[in-house]
Amino acid sequence: MAAPCVSCGGTLSYRFFLVGRVSLARRQGLWQTAAAGLQTGARSQILRLIHTTVVMTKKSVPASRRETYTEDFIKKQIEEFNIGKRHLANMMGEDPETFTQEDIDRAIVYLFPSGLFEKRARPIMKHPEQIFPKQRAIQWGEDGRPFHFLFYTGKQSYYSLMHEVYGKLLQIEKRKDLLPEKREMKDLIGSRWLIKEELEEMLVEKLSDQDYMQFIRLLEKLLTLQCEPAEEEFVHKFRRSVAIQSKKQLIEPVQYDEQGRAFSASEGKRKTAKAEALVYEHGSGRITVNGADYLLYFPITQDREQLMFPFHFLDRLGKHDVTCTVSGGGRSAQAGAIRLAMAKALCSFVTEDEVEWMRQAGLLTTDPRVRERKKPGQEGARRKFTWKKR
Amino acid sequence: MASALPRLLRAGARPGRRWPGWLQTAGPGRTLAGIPAPAASEPEDSETHRKILEEPLRHADFFNVKELFSVKSLFDARVHLGHKAGCRHRFMEPYIFGSRLDQDIIDLEQTASHLQLALNFTAHVAYRKGIILFVSRNRQFTHLIENTARDCGEYAHTRYFKGGLLTNAPLLFGPTVRLPDLIIFLHTLNNVFEPHVAVRDAAKMNIPTVGVVDTNCNPCLITYPVPGNDDSPPSVQLFCRLFRTVITRAKEKRRQVEALHRLQSPKRAEGHGAADSPPRVDVSHSL
Repeated sequence: MAAPCVSCGGTLSYRFFLVGRVSLARRQGLWQTAAAGLQTGARSQILRLIHTTVVMTKKSVPASRRETYTEDFIKKQIEEFNIGKRHLANMMGEDPETFTQEDIDRAIVYLFPSGLFEKRARPIMKHPEQIFPKQRAIQWGEDGRPFHFLFYTGKQSYYSLMHEVYGKLLQIEKRKDLLPEKREMKDLIGSRWLIKEELEEMLVEKLSDQDYMQFIRLLEKLLTLQCEPAEEEFVHKFRRSVAIQSKKQLIEPVQYDEQGRAFSASEGKRKTAKAEALVYEHGSGRITVNGADYLLYFPITQDREQLMFPFHFLDRLGKHDVTCTVSGGGRSAQAGAIRLAMAKALCSFVTEDEVEWMRQAGLLTTDPRVRERKKPGQEGARRKFTWKKR
Repeated sequence: MASALPRLLRAGARPGRRWPGWLQTAGPGRTLAGIPAPAASEPEDSETHRKILEEPLRHADFFNVKELFSVKSLFDARVHLGHKAGCRHRFMEPYIFGSRLDQDIIDLEQTASHLQLALNFTAHVAYRKGIILFVSRNRQFTHLIENTARDCGEYAHTRYFKGGLLTNAPLLFGPTVRLPDLIIFLHTLNNVFEPHVAVRDAAKMNIPTVGVVDTNCNPCLITYPVPGNDDSPPSVQLFCRLFRTVITRAKEKRRQVEALHRLQSPKRAEGHGAADSPPRVDVSHSL
């Protein structure tokens, strides 16, 4: 059965088959009824394809509002997702019961490899709640009366939240006259206020920046006053914990190889070069790069100077042995990568003050500079084509 | 006055002008708490329904709003205090009794009569299950007014008024949105001392308005102006209390009348001929 095609241009083409009497012994049964109806001549006629176009008037479709997804639709999507998940698990030969979202992502990447640069354009299979945006059902009943008492403001959730918070503030201020004590704010460390997008997601409503700032100001005011545990909990609903990033340099632990020599390993990067260095605590200043001596691997003096720099800085020029592997990049990039790896590895054999000095000297920072891409309409990344006056 | 009153009421509360569907079939709706109202709340026949709606219109003061306040209580709540003579609006001059030390004093006799009309109208709208919207832009009383609206099961808008809220409601909310049937202004001016946009928009959308107008406000476009003080806390609290009492009373009355008719119709079906007139509600004297 030919499926009807979507009429985007408003024209539909029909194919009319002129059926004649086809004398095929096998198919006689099928065509007999048709042939009996048409009663053509004894000669078999050729099947002629008549292509007729019926032009229909183009209806102007008005710009539709945001697609509203009904609850039934979402439920059906969730069921289909669950069934599809089980099928996928069977396909991959895994247990359908313990098939997590990460497994789904990996399976999709395997089954539908995509070379697209935009990650969001690649095939995904996620739970419908993450794909379809959360929407509001109709806000009023059959008689037309809205459910929420702040419906006519437009932003009912936000304003009802403000109303609630203000109510709590008033309550506290009434109580404050009886107990004028203030508590210290120690619960604030390690957490941050909700950002505007998260609040919008929570309330399923669009907010403006001023609204958001007003809300945060109110909550902060609430925190400055003494509040009961219930109110504290309410405020903490709007805080998210943040992983405290320590700015301290990560010092590699010292390891021991089969002969009992102490060494430490670490990695370094520069442009596209990646290096891994093993610095032995006691040595005589020999550096081996990819199995070869550094003198042979880096014929240019500048590169060897780069390798020397961390030891020279700490006055430990002939005291350590280094074995490193490096790949990618050019000669200068490889030298820089090895330098960074060695400096990081040296941190484990050195005092904290010297680590700080190294950090200030820039030995422990990965150089973020990478090659800038060439842009169209220009000769290179920055260089423009020669400007011609006419 | 007595004949003028029903005419006024009928003029304002003509049913089915904007939404023919809603008032004819006051179907089972949901209360604000989210609990669906009992399905049997809809009267069985349109005859009973018509009687329910017409009965209050025959009396001048069906809900007995006169007893809720007096000139003395208005005076105690400082309703008579207006702004300085320099802020006086030209159209408020008829309502001003005089001025003392350059401060305008509002005539409480006129206030009382206007307030009685306004409360009566509010009660009738609430009785007919209309949507009432409390509007104010004074930040001092935002919380109080929102609480008042929530307590009587109606709606409030004491925040920034978006442009086409009333005039462009189908686009902002949805195609089948229902607009308020009455707007009560507790403060007619906004934060820059200009008339609130909702006054003009309500007039455009044929929505009757009740408004507390101070000596610096424009009472022109408001259907039922109530000259009074809108800046002192006792005054605003009094007005909130009055509106809340009146609305709850009217809703309670409606529930009673419907329950009575529901009880009566099976009785009539059984053959009872006695039709009792709905008794007056037992009003609790509260101020």
